[in-house]
Amino acid sequence: MPVVSDTTNSTLRDSFSVSLTVGTYGIAFGAASVASGFSVLQSCLLSLLTFSGASQFAVIGVIGAGGSALSGIATASLLGFRNGLYGVRMAPILKVKGIKRLLAAHITIDESTGVALMQEPRGENAIRLGFWATGWGVFLFWNIFTLAGALGAQAMGNPAAWGLDAAVPAAFLGLVWPRLDSPRTRILSVSAIACAIAFTPYLPAGLPIIATTFLALAFGLTQK
Amino acid sequence: MSVTWWGVIGTSVIAFALKYLGHSIPEKFLTQPKVQKVNALIPVALLSALVAVQTFADKSRLLLDHRSGGVGVAVIALLLRAPFPMVVISSALTSAFLYHFI
Repeated sequence: MPVVSDTTNSTLRDSFSVSLTVGTYGIAFGAASVASGFSVLQSCLLSLLTFSGASQFAVIGVIGAGGSALSGIATASLLGFRNGLYGVRMAPILKVKGIKRLLAAHITIDESTGVALMQEPRGENAIRLGFWATGWGVFLFWNIFTLAGALGAQAMGNPAAWGLDAAVPAAFLGLVWPRLDSPRTRILSVSAIACAIAFTPYLPAGLPIIATTFLALAFGLTQK
Repeated sequence: MSVTWWGVIGTSVIAFALKYLGHSIPEKFLTQPKVQKVNALIPVALLSALVAVQTFADKSRLLLDHRSGGVGVAVIALLLRAPFPMVVISSALTSAFLYHFI
């Protein structure tokens, strides 16, 4: 049925766009990681094993700035907490056990969950396809570009010169945009933005983002 | 063992534990309508907050710089219903332009 393959193609196109865009940012991570005093091997291991951009930037940022291992790990883990929330959201749709669940857990990040949930109008199969394709797509590009960035840290200039530091929030915005389909979600989005900005000067990096979980809680519990 | 190795191992172990924990919370917990509603709203809140922080913050400092211009163009592109790659590319080009010339 052509409709099915159109849907599959649309989903895969979404996955690929996000994977390549976000994966490219691995250059910035690899470069920043080496510049923060981590070795090329350690930078690559962070991308392979932690595989969560914000957490990775947090741990190299804190330790690179002279912070303790514990404060680096704590900041990274606060940022990683949201991956757990994404898992809660994805598990009933993915319905996987054993090794597949281990693999699904590893690729449960902003992008895989974001693209997956964006597929909701296309049905459950599209959600699952979006999750796996984006998860492994980002994993592939993120690790390749981390290695490239780490190796080229000396030669590569500032990633800001390439506009990459704006492309990432633009990509997140593109992901959240289709979900702003009701007054409630729009008000929640604006409130979350205001809350994150308001807390940024007063809370350690990462916490202003986590704090908006309480907004989602308040909006969800008061919904009829 | 060095601070950086502790950072790599500690972050990786906890990151995976958090991800796996999310996948392993009993489904019974999720069938409650309230939980479902909150869950649907969590990505909206967190992704919106991420956009805000990545656009206006440098660690604990707030600032308007080339990124704000880039993300501003992304908003315009989205309002004009531009396809996703166009949104990202127009934003990157704008940000890079502002970075070099302002």
